[in-house]
Amino acid sequence: MPNMSPNKHPMPSQDPMVRNRNFKEVALGYTAEIAVEEAERCLNCKNRPCVGGCPVQIRIPDFIQEVAKGNFDGAYDIIAESSSLPAVCGRVCPQETQCESKCVRGIKTEPVAIGRLERFVADYHNAKEDAVVARPEPNGHKVAVVGSGPSGLTCAGDLAKKGYDVTVFEALHVAGGVLVYGIPEFRLPKAIVSKEVDTLKKLGVKIETNMVIGKILSIDELLENGFEAIFIGSGAGLPRFMNIPGENLKGVYSANEFLTRVNLMKAYQDTSTTPIMHARKVAVVGGGNVAMDAARSAMRLGAEKVYVVYRRSEEELPARREEFEHAKEEGIDFRLLNNPTEILSDDSGNVIGMTCIRMELGEPDASGRRRPVEVPGSEFTLDVDCVIIAIGTSPNPLISSTTEGLATERHGCLVADENGLTSRTAIYAGGDAVTGAATVILAMGAGKTAAKSIDEYIQSKG
Amino acid sequence: MYKIIRKQELNPTVTLMEVEAPLIAKKAEPGQFIILRAEEDGERIPLTIAGYDRQKGTVRIIFQIVGATTAKLNRLNEGDFIVDFVGPLGKATETDGLKKVAVVGGGVGCAIALPVAQKLHELGCEVHSVIGFRNKDLLILEDEFKAASSVLKVMTDDGSYGEKGLVTQALEALIEEGNEYDEVITIGPLIMMKFVVQLTKRYNIKTVVSMNPIMIDGTGMCGCCRLTVGGKTKFACVDGPDFDGFEVDFDEAMQRGAAYRDFERHAYEETCNLFQKEVQ
Ligand SMILES: Cc1cc2nc3c(=O)[nH]c(=O)nc-3n(C[C@H](O)[C@H](O)[C@H](O)COP(=O)(O)OP(=O)(O)OC[C@H]3O[C@@H](n4cnc5c(N)ncnc54)[C@H](O)[C@@H]3O)c2cc1C
Ligand SMILES: Cc1cc2nc3c(=O)[nH]c(=O)nc-3n(C[C@H](O)[C@H](O)[C@H](O)COP(=O)(O)OP(=O)(O)OC[C@H]3O[C@@H](n4cnc5c(N)ncnc54)[C@H](O)[C@@H]3O)c2cc1C
Ligand code: SF4
Ligand code: SF4
Ligand code: FES
Repeated sequence: MPNMSPNKHPMPSQDPMVRNRNFKEVALGYTAEIAVEEAERCLNCKNRPCVGGCPVQIRIPDFIQEVAKGNFDGAYDIIAESSSLPAVCGRVCPQETQCESKCVRGIKTEPVAIGRLERFVADYHNAKEDAVVARPEPNGHKVAVVGSGPSGLTCAGDLAKKGYDVTVFEALHVAGGVLVYGIPEFRLPKAIVSKEVDTLKKLGVKIETNMVIGKILSIDELLENGFEAIFIGSGAGLPRFMNIPGENLKGVYSANEFLTRVNLMKAYQDTSTTPIMHARKVAVVGGGNVAMDAARSAMRLGAEKVYVVYRRSEEELPARREEFEHAKEEGIDFRLLNNPTEILSDDSGNVIGMTCIRMELGEPDASGRRRPVEVPGSEFTLDVDCVIIAIGTSPNPLISSTTEGLATERHGCLVADENGLTSRTAIYAGGDAVTGAATVILAMGAGKTAAKSIDEYIQSKG
Repeated sequence: MYKIIRKQELNPTVTLMEVEAPLIAKKAEPGQFIILRAEEDGERIPLTIAGYDRQKGTVRIIFQIVGATTAKLNRLNEGDFIVDFVGPLGKATETDGLKKVAVVGGGVGCAIALPVAQKLHELGCEVHSVIGFRNKDLLILEDEFKAASSVLKVMTDDGSYGEKGLVTQALEALIEEGNEYDEVITIGPLIMMKFVVQLTKRYNIKTVVSMNPIMIDGTGMCGCCRLTVGGKTKFACVDGPDFDGFEVDFDEAMQRGAAYRDFERHAYEETCNLFQKEVQ
């Protein structure tokens, strides 16, 4: 008899007013008892609608049944068939628009907490003694992966398991992509990412950091150096700005810069020497996960007041629901339906305020969302000394501009077909580099698809 | 890990290092830079590639000790390793078609200007160099510049060596003497480049400046190196570091460059204290 409780079991979490001053993980994770209880809410539906909502089609009811039986190892094995980063996806997937949005229990009440269960299973697995990773028999073929974000790591892992000699080239000094430089510690502990990277190394994957492809070596030079195929998972790391006056003042950051200083350069640690502004009052512009992470990080660095300024309404807010809720609990002040028009400064170029204009929603635009329009004469000034711009990123042109014949589309995204193949033979691409800024699970899925295509391509060459 | 093959103190605050980095040495061009971390958990700082040896596979850096990271870097010796060393970043200085150029360097900026002067010289371009320092003790690379230039003017603020005065005075004198330059290339402190540009604007001589804003990744990811050039936002690490001097908003660049001054002073003092404790 299933557990008919209407609500998901709540996630044990740090108290909002404590956690908004530390960088420790917010959500503490289910205990085994809670996990079993929550798993019992699953109806094990025959037509498995939830699976259709998962971009990598994890056999959700099957793993949940194992959790309900207390067989957590069995549950892990089922998840691992489809996902290589369950500890990450269980934490950061926008479940409310994916798997959980399709859950039958969600029609009348709250859906089964699929993401939280996935996280529990992955953490249970990771907490155990390091499993011995068997090195597969080498098959003598070399593949290069550019970028070590979720797409690159997944592609590398899948190919290594098939015996390929894989080298990952990463521009930064650590592997992990956005998982290490963007998403903060309090949401995704860095130890989880480094563990995934270590597992890859045990599989024989070589990781070369400090290698900016397009500069130190071009894609064609990689091919000349004996790599038979290449996967490009270079992400969408180029920050966009608003082009309003005052955007280059001191105290105006792109979210990438701010989060990189906090995460990659470890400004979140008290002992760090990384320069970062400990601002008094901060305005974050944007409404996605990146904006939430920047706002919550600024609060944790000691700001008295943090605003999120977003030009549409709560309904359109693209952030994961949970991040929005968490941010509100932590005291972030949401100024929705507002758009910045100018950043103001004193004589030395320090930010002293940001002028905004109120917006209202008009007719739907191309994206189907109602277009925000300015309310004339409604300008007002927010008193802030720091502004963080989180209005989106696009793919970096470093690779496309140095690789002949590699097609891109309008926003600089690489063109790749459903198998991950670009406009050039032997060159595959996936993740944010192809889709523009998207999600971890989509990037991972693209890495998997490309690994399969690369394997088929190399094997068919004979 | 990147091995330090050679270390030489050029003056009390400026050090030269040759670092083993064969792939970078193979690709490097004058005007490009690297980003390094001197140690684990250290900051990432940009330094220009002040020379390279493609055969030996080494890259030369010349740096002034101004803060915590450069102080830590200066503590490393021959045979030690630099943990991270990324490059070659940025665009190379354009040298095509230039017949006569004035290269104007200030302080440690001379280290950045030297490979450009050398390349122009190799290409058969007539190079006039003006290099300026606060005083005689800070003079660097004089012989190297002499070898690469048909005219060399050394300036010091206090007259303790060469001629007394600013690089702009020497440049103006050269122009007034009737030298017609295709281009002026200037590298040094922002304030110096700003004044060079003010001068060359009067004579309408195209002027290339090498910008050195604060950087993190050097690949276009963080946007912290952004500048206003011709009214548009540019990223120095990928669009530069060279820009048309007439178009650069120097005042904004100077303000942004000072963003972390207090923080840096503190970090530098802490590093110095730490080193002192070790010595005691
Ligand atoms: C702050 C923030 C919060 C987010 N929150 C969420 C969330 O909650 N849930 C979610 O699903 N998604 C979230 N995302 C989006 C998600 O992180 C990305 O969609 C995902 O990481 C994309 O993976 P990727 O492998 O395509 O690229 P990335 O993770 O961007 O990795 C690309 C890697 O390639 C490297 N690289 C780039 N160019 C080169 C080159 N020329 N040579 C060598 N290496 C290169 C980069 O340094 C980087 O390490 C968030 C993103 C950000 C920035
Ligand atoms: C493309 C590029 C090439 C460069 N090439 C060289 C080089 O060849 N040799 C060299 O000595 N320096 C060079 N610089 C400057 C060098 O990066 C800085 O001196 C260094 O980052 C200082 O680090 P620090 O931790 O020791 O000092 P910090 O504590 O960071 O700074 C100490 C002082 O230096 C100032 N400062 C910080 N960063 C910079 C900067 N980027 N430019 C100018 N002043 C700065 C600070 O405002 C402060 O007053 C270059 C910078 C760029 C962007
Ligand atoms: S990977 Fe993401 S979408 Fe798929 S089941 Fe897990 S949380 Fe849901
Ligand atoms: S839809 Fe919901 S209840 Fe049905 S199997 Fe999937 S998780 Fe279980
Ligand atoms: S240094 Fe980060 S974008 Fe230039």
